[in-house]
Amino acid sequence: MSKKEQVQQQTTEEWSPKQIALRKRMSKDFKINWQLYVMVLIPVIYYIIFRYIPMFGNIIAFRKYKAGGNIFGETWTGFRYFEQFVVDRTFWRAFFNTLILNGLYLLFRFPLTLIFALLINEIRNLHWKKFVQTVSYLPHFISIVIVCGMLKELLSTHGPINALIESLGGEAISFISLAEWFRTIFVASGVWQSLGWGTILYLAAMTDINPSLYEAAKVDGASHLQQVLHVTIPCILPTIATLLILDIGGLVGSGGAFEKVYLLYNPMTYQTADIVSTYVYRMGIGSGNYSYATAVGLFEGLINLVLLTAANLVSKKFARTSLW
Amino acid sequence: MSVNEENKPHIPVANPKNRIKESTGYKVFTVFNTIIMIFVAVVTLYPFLYLVSQSFTSEQAIIAGHTGLIPKDFSIDTYVYVITRNDHEFLRYYLNTILYTVVGTVGSLIFSSILAYPMSKTHLRINKFLSPFIIFTMYFGGGLIANYILIVNLGLKNTMGGFILPMLISTYYVILMRSFFMSLPKELEEAGEMDGLNKFGVFLKISIPLSKPIMATMTLFYAVMYWNNWFNAMLYLQDKNKWPVAYFLQTIIRGASASEADAQQVSANIKSCAMVLTVLPIICVYPFIQKYYVQGMMLGGVKE
Repeated sequence: MSKKEQVQQQTTEEWSPKQIALRKRMSKDFKINWQLYVMVLIPVIYYIIFRYIPMFGNIIAFRKYKAGGNIFGETWTGFRYFEQFVVDRTFWRAFFNTLILNGLYLLFRFPLTLIFALLINEIRNLHWKKFVQTVSYLPHFISIVIVCGMLKELLSTHGPINALIESLGGEAISFISLAEWFRTIFVASGVWQSLGWGTILYLAAMTDINPSLYEAAKVDGASHLQQVLHVTIPCILPTIATLLILDIGGLVGSGGAFEKVYLLYNPMTYQTADIVSTYVYRMGIGSGNYSYATAVGLFEGLINLVLLTAANLVSKKFARTSLW
Repeated sequence: MSVNEENKPHIPVANPKNRIKESTGYKVFTVFNTIIMIFVAVVTLYPFLYLVSQSFTSEQAIIAGHTGLIPKDFSIDTYVYVITRNDHEFLRYYLNTILYTVVGTVGSLIFSSILAYPMSKTHLRINKFLSPFIIFTMYFGGGLIANYILIVNLGLKNTMGGFILPMLISTYYVILMRSFFMSLPKELEEAGEMDGLNKFGVFLKISIPLSKPIMATMTLFYAVMYWNNWFNAMLYLQDKNKWPVAYFLQTIIRGASASEADAQQVSANIKSCAMVLTVLPIICVYPFIQKYYVQGMMLGGVKE
């Protein structure tokens, strides 16, 4: 008996009955379900290649990367790139712009969506209600390229908004190239695109409210407004809380805003428009500073990871719901 | 939605005084609410109507500053020009988009369902590890640069794979599908096994046919995602012949493509026309597919 076999036998002997039972169950499970395991193998390989390799590819934030070379970098550089970006004012500008844009967007979109859902819920005519819903969901499906193209047309110096301003005696404003207008444009167009779609989960929650609650409220003499305040809102509170917590968890992430900012900003508006992901794009893909850009992206990604995890935990605990 | 709506207004309120007071207040509210809804509808639709109007307006009228909702000097010349210019390049981009959308959507459906189905079997031992392994990618990822480097190193630049593969499986959609598969009645699957189907046979012949609603929803989710994507094209498709229409649109909205020497301003009616043509299929099918979207949203959404 070779040494290896000896060790193997020893370990088998040392297994408790529980462990053996587990092992048996495992092999039984595999025998019954092996086809499911084969099925899942292909997507798992996909996840390893297209999700986990890039995740470990973040290592080039600590290593020197040569274009076309090893995707995990060549030599260790330690925290050099991190030391570089923490003293980079452009980075901090982008970081705070991300917070400000996400924060302002949440501040406007969140209450407006809730109010809009409550108002839709009050519509009595079902055809009119359906029409309003259909129209308001529409912008959600439109490519961000088209949304930004429209915005540029509407806001151009020869566009209808400036025509209106001029007809009222004002002077044309070149909205797109003025840094002080960027936040307004970003938030307003975001609300335009998401207002209707954001109501879906609220409306679904409102459908689940037991009608007898409203009847009871009426018997007590509650007005419509009181019914909304004391029946509808408390009943959908878990939904509101969950969505709010998850939205707050996403405040640092700039990935979602990337496309819109990229399509709308220009060097004249970087001051208020440049966010972390666009900065990463310019530094990495634009200028080829791959390691530096990865370090910046990793920094944001890690903060985002912590916040999202915390948000999900809080919502699980608080509302006993989670998004996944 | 419908239950409480039908009940609410018809039930007489206990206190008659209260009722009169409420009905006046409520009437005012209804008028006010209708006005808000009309306002939202107009604001939502206005940009689309404006684009359509601009696309049918002649170039001279646009230069002269026409901004109304009714086209001036109505002409379809812009459409003819956009479609035929540079040897019908617009049609080529359009066909590319259709190709990518069809191939991508079919691939996505297959790969997402063969992942979501085993994930929905909670008794499967591997799910203890599999679900966290998949779901973790929603919290943390490689980021832009690492993904870019991977695609380039895999030699996928300038290929259809470079455009499609990075978004082939959306974890969020897989979760939605898993929720649906979980809700399927187990009895039918068991009956299938009794009839001698193996696990894969049950999936293919029983679970998938029962999953038409989620399959419809996913088809639409993925198809719109591929149709609208321009960013992967910008990163990975340098060859103009392979561009999808959304990216082409982006280049003309920017004024000119980086590779083109004649970097001049493209006039508003051309941009509007190209946008209308790109958005048209979505607007046309949208009213019919909307309910599937809403169903899908509710599936994965907040669950109690």
